[in-house]
This record gives sequence, structure tokens and C-alpha cells, in this order.
Amino acid sequence: MKLAVCIKRVPDMEGRFKIAASGTGIDEAGLKFDMSDFDGYAAEVAIQITEKLGAGEVTVISLGPDVVQETLRKALSMGAHRAVQLKHDAPVSDGLAIATALAAELKDRGYDLILCGRMAVDTQNRSTGAFIAELLGLPVITAISQLNVEGGVVRARRELEGAYELIECPLPAVVTIDEGIARARYPSLKGIMAAKKKPMDVRPAQLGAITYQLEKMELPAERAAGRIVGEGKDAVPELVRLLKEEAKVL
Amino acid sequence: MTNILAFSETRLGDLRRCGLETVTAARTVADATGGQVHAVLAGGPGVAQHAARLAAHGADVVLVIEHDAFANYNPEALTATLAARLGSGYRAAFFAASAQGHDLVARVAARMKLAYASDVSEFTVTADRVAVAHPGYTNKIVQRFVLNATPALISLRAGAVLPVEHAKAGAVEALAVVGDPSAVRVKVTLTEKAAGGKLDLGEAPVIIAGGRGLKEAANFTLVEDLAAAFGNAAVGATRAVTDDGWRPHSDQIGQTGRLVSPDLYVACGISGAIQHLAGMRTSKTIVAINKDKEAPIFKVADYGIVGDVMDVLPVLAEEVKKAKAGA
Repeated sequence: MKLAVCIKRVPDMEGRFKIAASGTGIDEAGLKFDMSDFDGYAAEVAIQITEKLGAGEVTVISLGPDVVQETLRKALSMGAHRAVQLKHDAPVSDGLAIATALAAELKDRGYDLILCGRMAVDTQNRSTGAFIAELLGLPVITAISQLNVEGGVVRARRELEGAYELIECPLPAVVTIDEGIARARYPSLKGIMAAKKKPMDVRPAQLGAITYQLEKMELPAERAAGRIVGEGKDAVPELVRLLKEEAKVL
Repeated sequence: MTNILAFSETRLGDLRRCGLETVTAARTVADATGGQVHAVLAGGPGVAQHAARLAAHGADVVLVIEHDAFANYNPEALTATLAARLGSGYRAAFFAASAQGHDLVARVAARMKLAYASDVSEFTVTADRVAVAHPGYTNKIVQRFVLNATPALISLRAGAVLPVEHAKAGAVEALAVVGDPSAVRVKVTLTEKAAGGKLDLGEAPVIIAGGRGLKEAANFTLVEDLAAAFGNAAVGATRAVTDDGWRPHSDQIGQTGRLVSPDLYVACGISGAIQHLAGMRTSKTIVAINKDKEAPIFKVADYGIVGDVMDVLPVLAEEVKKAKAGA
């Protein structure tokens, strides 16, 4: 089985963000970067499929400047077999333009299953996987929390708000991975050594047309400082009074 | 090209609240630009009964698909049908930023090569400009986008627009399905409500969330009891708790879980890791109960009680019950 995983390099979300002077990006100074959480789950799921089959190949693909090779290398050290950087140096905020480049790379390479994270934790758009599938004319199941691939059929479960769905579709297909399936493994020392010898292809990204512009980024309004009502259960009556009279939520 | 389309989500024959939010959003825009609101209502037999509620919330026309093949979500048939309909000329289309909405609108956007802004918290749609705000970076940064294409596609964050009644004619028309809706590749074989039929985190006005401070899974009954005392509350949890299997992953609030903004959020035994704060910091009122007075949760809380949740929660549940009875 031939699998592809699209991964994105994102800043560590624990960081404190500052808006860059341009107003349309974040100031990257001092920030740590890593694979987006859900993309890590997707890579893990793909690697586990090949481990279980004892066969198959996982290709990881990332779009961006040369620093994304670091993120690709991490996926290789987890156990992916080969990597492709779709080189593009300038920042792009248009998800459809990016998905177009990813789809161009994925097309006609015989992938049985293409995996993405449910969303990138920085841009939070939740659309890349569905975009890619639609552009390639493939079936897609998004935001799945369980996956079973057998006999050429994908069976999956998606969590909804207060409900869930069971979904199936034939291979080849695209899936996007939610919480609950797998956590990304920590690369072993052996994995890190092996990753150095794995192939890393670099090709120019063929971005699609830009459909929207990022005008600016802003920090949301800070929450006003709150107060400690009191200690222990004795503070409960005063809290209830405040919720009723001041916050008016009771 | 001044009409606005609103997709009204249904599930298991019920109209979802987010399905009224999209109609209300479309109504506000149509009132400003002089167009009509066309609401799309799709589901199994009987779903047309909801048309009246869409009319009451401002739909001039309700486009109905009532068909067995739509009893469960049918993404491929809906994509083909909506793409054809949108191609007939709309200024914008609103979907819910729900699991289903995200799935559907991304397909439609790529099919039609249209600009799509997801999970939108604010929007302005005029004849010559569509501008939106989209929270990103775990809600720490607001990104402002301008969409070039017409129609502009928008998925609306839950609660960004509250349903408002604004009665219009709501003329019911059948929406012709494109293609054979049974001959699709992606099939939803089952839709089932989560156990207990509880209120959903995205829709509940009050959320009671529990963390490691509850010490063990069994103590989550204290959180559930408080939620029951409110009557309009859903139960949530931190990632530590869902990772340990005390609660299902679907209950997780935070960066990799649900992003919520209820009217009232009560954090019980939650220290307030950035991961968690990302998912709830936009709540209107936040209450924190935690033993450690230095816990970061107190920095975002409007009201805090320093104390053991095991002692405080039962008393709080009693007091809330009394207050509710008296109200």
C-alpha cells in the first residue's frame, strides 16, 4: 500500500505570539516550530498501517521554505519512508492555493491513501484534506477518530457535536485525522539515524490561484483581570450571588 | 447576485440550532444588500416540516431536499447539488462551522474554486466586499481576510450569530438533486447521538469542565451533578482527563479538542494549561475552582474560589439548584 501524509510546520502554540511589523504575519523570533499536532497523528496512523502490513511505503509532503525539511525529517525519523518538500519561500495564507500545489504533487503517483491532519493548529482552517480530494476527484472522509482499511474499503468514525457517524468509502481515498486514533510517537535514536539516509526530494510548489487575501492579524482583546471570591465552600453563596446579580448568567 | 444562501444543518430529522444561526446571518446581509435569503434544508422524509422555522428566522425561500438518501449526511450528493445551485448566482453562502459544515463547504469551495473562510467569528458582506474575521493560533490571533470570489463561502463559528426571529414568506421549493444520491462513494452508514442525549458543548449556554483536580474518573459525577443543577449545561474535560480515559475524546476542550464560548464556563480542578485555555478563553463568564491559588486558570477567570473541588462542587450544586428554583 502506498500512503502519503501532508504535514505542516507550525509554531509551538504554547508560545506568546507577537504580530510582525508587516501586520500580516507573526513575529517568529524566539518561537519553536514543530509538526502540527493532527498531522503528527496522521503520520503515526500511516506508519502504523505499513508496520501492521509489514509492507507499503509512507511519503510525507510539506510545502514551504527549506526549514520544512526539519519537520519532514522528523516524520522520517518516526518511520516514514520518503519525503517531498514543495518549495515555496513566501508565506501563503490561501488554503485552496496550497491544496492545489499538494494535489499536483499527489496526482498520478499511485497513492492508495492520502492522510492529512483534521486542521493545522495555527491557521485552523480544517479544509486542506477535503480540498485535495475534490481537486483529485477522490472520495474523502474528514475529521475521523477511528479508521480501518481492509479489502480496499475505508471504514471510519467521525465525532460530531454530541453525536457520531460511521462512514465508508472505497480506496483510493483521502482521510483527515482527528483526536483519538493515535498520538505521534517520539522518534527513537535509531529512527533519527535512519532518517538521515532517507530520500528527500525538493520540487517547486505549483500554487493555485489566490482566492482571498490576509488583510491583517490582530491580538484578541485581553480578558480583564478577575477576582478571587473566597476560599473553600464558604465562598459558594457569594459566588452564586455574583453569577446571578453581576454576571447575570444564573 | 444579491441573494444569500444559508445551509441549515439537520441531524436525525431534527433541525440544529446552527441551522438557524446561518439563516439569521444570511438575513442580516440580505437586509443590508437588498437580496433574498434562500435556506437549504436537506434530510430524510419529514424534514420539510422545519421549513416554517426557517421562514420564521428570515428565509424568503426554503429549498428542500426530502429523500431517503439524505437521512444520513450525504456529502457527495450535497456537494454536487449545492455547487449547481450556487452556480446560478449568489453573493454569499453561509454554513455552520460544525463537523458536517466544515466537511461540506470545503468540498463545495474546491469544486467551484471559490474563496472560503472557515470558522468565522465576524463578517461584513456588501455588494463589492466580503471581509471576515477568523480566529487562529489557538484563538490567540484574529486573522482578517478579504474574499475575492462570488459567491463567497463562509462557515460560521457557533454562537457568532444568535438565532433571531424575523418572519419572511419562506416559500417552499423542492431543490433538484444533481446525480443519483444513492450512487455515491462516501456513505454515512450510521448517525447516532452520543450516550445520554446530553447537550452538546458547542450549543450549551453553560459548560462545567473537569480536570485532574477531580483525582479519579468516578468523581466526575460531581461535575455531572453541577451540570444537572444548571439544567442547561454540558460537561467538558481537559486533555489530561480524556487521555487518561476518564472521559471520551469528544469531551476534550482545548487546542486539539473543542473550541467553546459559552455564556458561563465553570473550570473545576483545572490548572489552566495554555492547551486548555485556547479552547475556552472566549467564554463570556469564567469561574475557576482550584486548590492552588497560583494556578494560571485564575488569570482568565472572572470569579475564582480557592479550594478543593471535592468540597466546593456539592455545595455549589445545591446553591445553584436553590437559585434556579427561586428564579
